[in-house]
Amino acid sequence: MEKHSPDCPGESRRNFIKQTTALTALTIVPSALVQAGEQHEAIATFLEKTPLQLEVNGKTVQVLVDPGVSLLDMLREQLGLTGTKKGCDQGHCGACIVHVDGKRVNSCLSEAADNNGKKITTIEGLSNGDQLHPVQEAFIKHDAFQCGYCTPGQIMSAVACIREGQANTPEDIREYMSDNICRCGAYPNIVAAILEAKNSGQKI
Amino acid sequence: MDKEKLFTLPWEEDDRVDGIEKVTGHARYTADHKPENMVYAVFVTSTIARGAVKNLLLSEAKNAPGVLEILSHLNCPPVPGYQPWAKDPNKKGFEWRGLKPFQNNLVWYYGQPIALVVAVTWEKAVKAAALVKAEYLVEVAETDFEKFRKDPSRLKPSGEYKRGEADAYKQAAVFVENEYHTPIETHNPIELHASIAVWEDDDKLTVYDKSQGPKGTQSELARNFGLEEKNVRVITKFVGGAFGSALRSWPHVVAACIAAKMVKRPVRLQLTRRQMFTMVGYRPMAWQYIAIGASREGKLTGITHHAVSITSRYEDFREGIVNASQYLYDCPNVNTSYKILPQDVNTPTWMRGPGEATGAFALESALDELAYKLGMDPVELRIKNYAELHPVNKLPWTSKFLKECYDKGRELVGWSNRPAIPRTLTEDGKLIGYGMGGGVFGASRGTAAVKAVLNSEGKLTLYSAVSDMGPGTATAMVRIAAGIMQMPVSKISFLLGDTEFPPGPTQGGSTTTSTVGTAVSMVCETLKAQLIELAQINSTDLNGLSTEELACGNETVYAKKDGTKKISLAALVMASGKPQLEILKETGPDPAIRSKYAMNSFSAHFVKVAVDPVTGTIELKKIVCTGDGGKIVSPKTARSQMIGGAVGGIGMALTEEALIDTQTGKYLTDTLGTYLVPRHRDVPFIDTWFPDKPDLLINPMGSKGVGEIALIGFAAAVANAVYNATGKRITRLPIKPEMLV
Repeated sequence: MEKHSPDCPGESRRNFIKQTTALTALTIVPSALVQAGEQHEAIATFLEKTPLQLEVNGKTVQVLVDPGVSLLDMLREQLGLTGTKKGCDQGHCGACIVHVDGKRVNSCLSEAADNNGKKITTIEGLSNGDQLHPVQEAFIKHDAFQCGYCTPGQIMSAVACIREGQANTPEDIREYMSDNICRCGAYPNIVAAILEAKNSGQKI
Repeated sequence: MDKEKLFTLPWEEDDRVDGIEKVTGHARYTADHKPENMVYAVFVTSTIARGAVKNLLLSEAKNAPGVLEILSHLNCPPVPGYQPWAKDPNKKGFEWRGLKPFQNNLVWYYGQPIALVVAVTWEKAVKAAALVKAEYLVEVAETDFEKFRKDPSRLKPSGEYKRGEADAYKQAAVFVENEYHTPIETHNPIELHASIAVWEDDDKLTVYDKSQGPKGTQSELARNFGLEEKNVRVITKFVGGAFGSALRSWPHVVAACIAAKMVKRPVRLQLTRRQMFTMVGYRPMAWQYIAIGASREGKLTGITHHAVSITSRYEDFREGIVNASQYLYDCPNVNTSYKILPQDVNTPTWMRGPGEATGAFALESALDELAYKLGMDPVELRIKNYAELHPVNKLPWTSKFLKECYDKGRELVGWSNRPAIPRTLTEDGKLIGYGMGGGVFGASRGTAAVKAVLNSEGKLTLYSAVSDMGPGTATAMVRIAAGIMQMPVSKISFLLGDTEFPPGPTQGGSTTTSTVGTAVSMVCETLKAQLIELAQINSTDLNGLSTEELACGNETVYAKKDGTKKISLAALVMASGKPQLEILKETGPDPAIRSKYAMNSFSAHFVKVAVDPVTGTIELKKIVCTGDGGKIVSPKTARSQMIGGAVGGIGMALTEEALIDTQTGKYLTDTLGTYLVPRHRDVPFIDTWFPDKPDLLINPMGSKGVGEIALIGFAAAVANAVYNATGKRITRLPIKPEMLV
């Protein structure tokens, strides 16, 4: 029953200009002048959008974003990548953590427009096709979640934590994972999963 | 039923059935849905706690870019179900309880919705919402629970209980008495509450909703909008935690539906984190007085327990704060009272271990205090007063393995190292203490229906309109089915979270496994019987054999004496002449058992703490949680649930406190940066243990449920360990370092 609305995933700069031109053309048609106010609004809305080109999960993406749109909302609402979650929109919970140029970032605190040219990896881009990432596998094995809502953020944070070299002991993991809240309280299982993935010898 | 064969599945098959969806980001929660043409709604909320909206200045917001509509009391259409005359003959005069958004200009608390801005993007709705200005008629608000609970004229009596003599503790050889204070605690699941309303037609509504009870939400929406239930569909496939906050349908759900009707487009309304404090309930702040008397030998002679908790002015909320004091221990004289204090705040609701968690903090702390006064081991004191019969109704329990929990908990935590005299044990310069606390909760069974479909490939799919906020309902149900059918977990699916499925119960009160599991068990037993019958007719190898000589296993029906004689389930479906085999079964409570037995789950939590004598910092060194939840259907997820309850208990004991400014009525702690929930660094390894004894009087699986007992009694265990370490009895939660130095 549900269809994802097209919005503008991958909308290109060319389309953007085309649409802008079309609107400009409209403004000189007399009948449309009646609605000039609305059109100015529409033109303004288009003009204030920022065109971005970035790499998301290995694919080049072009997108137009409104001012004030967070990286989180751009990923979710415009690119349909809903694996990254909104938990607080204030940088407190870590549910929205993604990798930006390899570093873990609270995507709710990052302006989408500031990410031009950057490489973004979300939970959807972590596995290699059907082959789960070792941290994903370890999370399943250790039941490192209950509801699963904070899980994408925990996993993205965990992968970065291991790569940063801060997952050597349970104490280190607890400290360096403390930006990720799990309200279901799966913490001991998350720590166990991260330790196992880290010590598995697999490439993280 | 082949009971001995139940749950003999290998540990490796214990992974969550929805694990892959959850670790890959493919699990879709409410706000992940985006129906075509959807727009966004954002609340404007009151900045006073009591009074009325005199003027709403909307013009600036209405002219802001992208705004489609602003809903408020000025333009809100009446909601049929909200009208006082709306009586449903079947529901014996149903009246909508709770806040009725936008039906008038009254303000009942700070942060109440007073308008709803609908815009083409979420950002535009947020911007416009900030432009709405309100002028108020301000009345003096009361939000000072500590002050007003002392005024008896403001309290609403909410139940009294007495057996034997009242206040018998006064005549006891030894007694303790104390007052206990617990703050407002908020559920704050990490998933923000959200609803997406889609009017398919004037009388047909689909709502994606964060709900612990899709059927409950469906019937409330049907009543509110005067629709037939079958024309309201509620979808809630994944729920990102709730802990009670999604047990009922809150005003924002209705608001989303009204807005969607007005703009004639699907509307998504997702609460902000701040609104999670003021719109979806909380564990009420409470004051308790408890006194316990005993003989010098430690036999309890009297318990007196009084409690007052906060509620809103527009709705009464009560919970079982004093209940466990009536029946957890054997005591001839018990009197309890409970009152509620209406204040200018939003309505509380059940939060994990509702009532009992609050009450157990007082009861289990007081028992600890009594043990020291008697010079007894706190566990021995509990064993001395162990109730063999339910003290209120004198009925035997269907099962009770609490003593086993005490013993195992003591062993695992290292109880023998506990100093009898507080503040006498140190390790690495820290004060060391051991403490324990017990919990109890009802283990009832409700009503549920489950449909089973076995297709011609031999795959079994089960359907029920229950939802899963995290414990792993589908995982447990699949295991129950696999145990009965003796077939691989991978060949079974359990689909939930959609009111198109047969009615399931609301997930709460630790009853889902018991209730839905019973229906799964019945439907599978019936299916198995049908398959055996089909085998007798359709298999030349098996047709001479009696029902008793045949069994189900390895996706076949086979002869018990000669396993080579068999027929596959897929072949039996084909032979039936139907495209698939379908069975629907409904289960309900068993009144015969209820009249003869008491039904409860029990827990005992053990904690070792280290307290820094200079800073008062509390470190949890060891945690052991034991729980009698009957037969454990799914060991891995049950352990996770127990750990999760303990983490909730850590929050209750050490971090969580929602503060309201009594001048304005505003929450001072309304973010996850100020309302502190436990984080990784607050939580050590947690050991869990279950007696794992089946209780076959409650349900065919023998399971009782562990969701609530996982938390109940935990905060007292921490407070008691802190006393053992420092000699300081803390009666106000959360325990803070400054209380200990």
